[in-house]
Amino acid sequence: MIAAIVTIAGLSTVFGLLLGYAAIRFRVEGDPIADQIDALLPQTQCGQCAFAGCRPYAEAIAAGEAEINRCPPGGEATMIALAELLGRDPVPLEDEDAAEKPKAVAYIVEAECIGCTLCIQACPVDAIVGAAKQMHTIIDDECTGCELCLPPCPVECIHMHPIGETIQTWQWPYPKEAAKGATHG
Amino acid sequence: MAEPRNIWTFRGGLHLDDHKAVSTGRTIEPASIPERLVLPLQQHIGQAAEVLVKPGDPVGKGQLIARASDYVSASIHAPTSGKIVAVEQRPVAHPSGLSDHCIIMDSDGEDTWGELPPAWPDYTERSAAELRERIRWAGVVGLGGAVFPTAVKVNTSGQRAIDTLIINGAECEPYISCDDALMRAHPEDILDGIAILRHIIGAHECLIGIEDNKPEAIEALRHAIETRGERDIEVVVVPTLYPSGGEKQLIKLLTGREVPTNSLPASVGVLCQNVATAVTVANAVLHGRPLIERIVTVTGQGIRQPGNYRALIGTSADRLVAKAGGYSEHIHQLIFGGPMMGFSLRSDQVPITKATNCLLAASQAEAPNNDPERPCIRCGECARVCPVQLLPQQMLWHTRAHDFDKVQDFHLFECIECGCCAYVCPSHIPLVQYYRFAKTAIWTQEREREKSDLARRRHEARQTRLERIEAERKARLRKKKEALEKKPAAQDDDPKKAAIEAAMQRVAAKKAAQQNPEPAGKD
Repeated sequence: MIAAIVTIAGLSTVFGLLLGYAAIRFRVEGDPIADQIDALLPQTQCGQCAFAGCRPYAEAIAAGEAEINRCPPGGEATMIALAELLGRDPVPLEDEDAAEKPKAVAYIVEAECIGCTLCIQACPVDAIVGAAKQMHTIIDDECTGCELCLPPCPVECIHMHPIGETIQTWQWPYPKEAAKGATHG
Repeated sequence: MAEPRNIWTFRGGLHLDDHKAVSTGRTIEPASIPERLVLPLQQHIGQAAEVLVKPGDPVGKGQLIARASDYVSASIHAPTSGKIVAVEQRPVAHPSGLSDHCIIMDSDGEDTWGELPPAWPDYTERSAAELRERIRWAGVVGLGGAVFPTAVKVNTSGQRAIDTLIINGAECEPYISCDDALMRAHPEDILDGIAILRHIIGAHECLIGIEDNKPEAIEALRHAIETRGERDIEVVVVPTLYPSGGEKQLIKLLTGREVPTNSLPASVGVLCQNVATAVTVANAVLHGRPLIERIVTVTGQGIRQPGNYRALIGTSADRLVAKAGGYSEHIHQLIFGGPMMGFSLRSDQVPITKATNCLLAASQAEAPNNDPERPCIRCGECARVCPVQLLPQQMLWHTRAHDFDKVQDFHLFECIECGCCAYVCPSHIPLVQYYRFAKTAIWTQEREREKSDLARRRHEARQTRLERIEAERKARLRKKKEALEKKPAAQDDDPKKAAIEAAMQRVAAKKAAQQNPEPAGKD
């Protein structure tokens, strides 16, 4: 009887210490779920989800404070990926019109730019080059198309240019659609 | 000759009517010089070439007009002498029908050679690196259809030693006969190319694989080997079975070695080159001439004089069709490539490129079956014929479900798009279309992921920068505030300041004492 109690007590002490040590030794910094969610988000940093960027939105989803359908640039694909990751049910996008917009990059009409630097301050990814009273321009490859530079511009010289399809980015159509659209044969 | 070589087999494959006699009846027609040439900057796998000329520049035949912009890239040369007209977007031969960057030039009809590098008949004294550089300069790419830069392929340093060079003359796809025509007409040039390639890679053995439906080509090459007394080069006849001309399939047939998934033939000590590529290598090294023309099979019931035609790179497809007597009344569809792997062209106003091995003017009967797709009956025929031993049905289900991770688990990217599965499918499911869709969709996803990673990094960098600036501003303010708080106390304590002030007061008092009586006196 006593031997059993001592054994069980001993075992529980050993395992308790082991667990306690493991909790310190293998402690996970940050929130791994938020990291995984952040990795799925398109990183436009556009704020259309009403959070101040993709990371805060990811943290809000991880904390269960936000729905997964608030990312228009990610569209349905992102929503489904999030649903899969979190084991939640897919929900229709909150703002379906916004999601259907074609991909675009901002373009500054350089002749009209007055060099006020307001757009530079608004750009979340530093994709605008320029200085006070100097013409500004956009680095195409780094623009995420978030449109955050449009409202601050006092002369409305920034326009969104849709990104056209090139041979390098072209995708084979899904066969069913091809069959519908085919005129030859 | 020793006893016949053992021929291995690969799993799957199809016996197809080859329809090659249609185009092998006549000798190769020499190239004519069109008035206008359109040269796409991207004719190869890898980065597009970088333009070296501007509109108005006169160019000589063979002059470098766009250079390889990266390690995996290929140069482009002027196919004839003339003048550069423009560098702009033009429709190119692509399933999308989209335009791409092209150099447009007008020929002057003189066809005079520009400055060329020296011919190297003594190539055995050159190092492998020098020869690779020459091949790179000449813009040589794999002419069997893959258009991978040859200079990169023959760079085998850092890999397993290559013991066998395989020259691919199988040409297994129906209708296409440009390699057959080349082997019949120029076996000597092929042997020259083989000698150079062997010198570069150090392979002691060379096997030329040819399907048994090309007896003339086999005879021509064997005769050339015998008259030149070449040793360690053997023509190996393989049974006609599509797709025996696939790189990995041919290696299996000739050597019994299987190239593992996700690896190159070099991993089993083999290098494979097409016969036409070997000839181009010979031209580049022995004569210092770049790749500016190729043989194109123009065939099908929709053409009046099917045959093999030499064409300058950049010649418009419709011009080549006109040279072949024009379209007949049976024309239904113009296909770029063969009936199994080719794609339908939306317009014939596109240039011939280094990749163009065949223009198939197909009649209704010859064109790929476009019957509506019916449900899969799970007969398993597709898996039986797949030469790569994939599971086409599984890949189809997962592609339909847009589950791209799963499709890749079933080795989607090992699919060579040979079309066997779709050909035998009793339900007419365009399986290859599904796989092509999945491949390009996966590439798009990868591009987007890269872009979002870049955006995340830049956003985080901006965030830390803003925080740092804010922290610095706060630190400055705090310092100022502390300094202000200290100041009044400092005035009281500082003995120097007090002394100066006392002195000033004394001086002011003195001045006042001296000056005050005077004005009083004046008054």
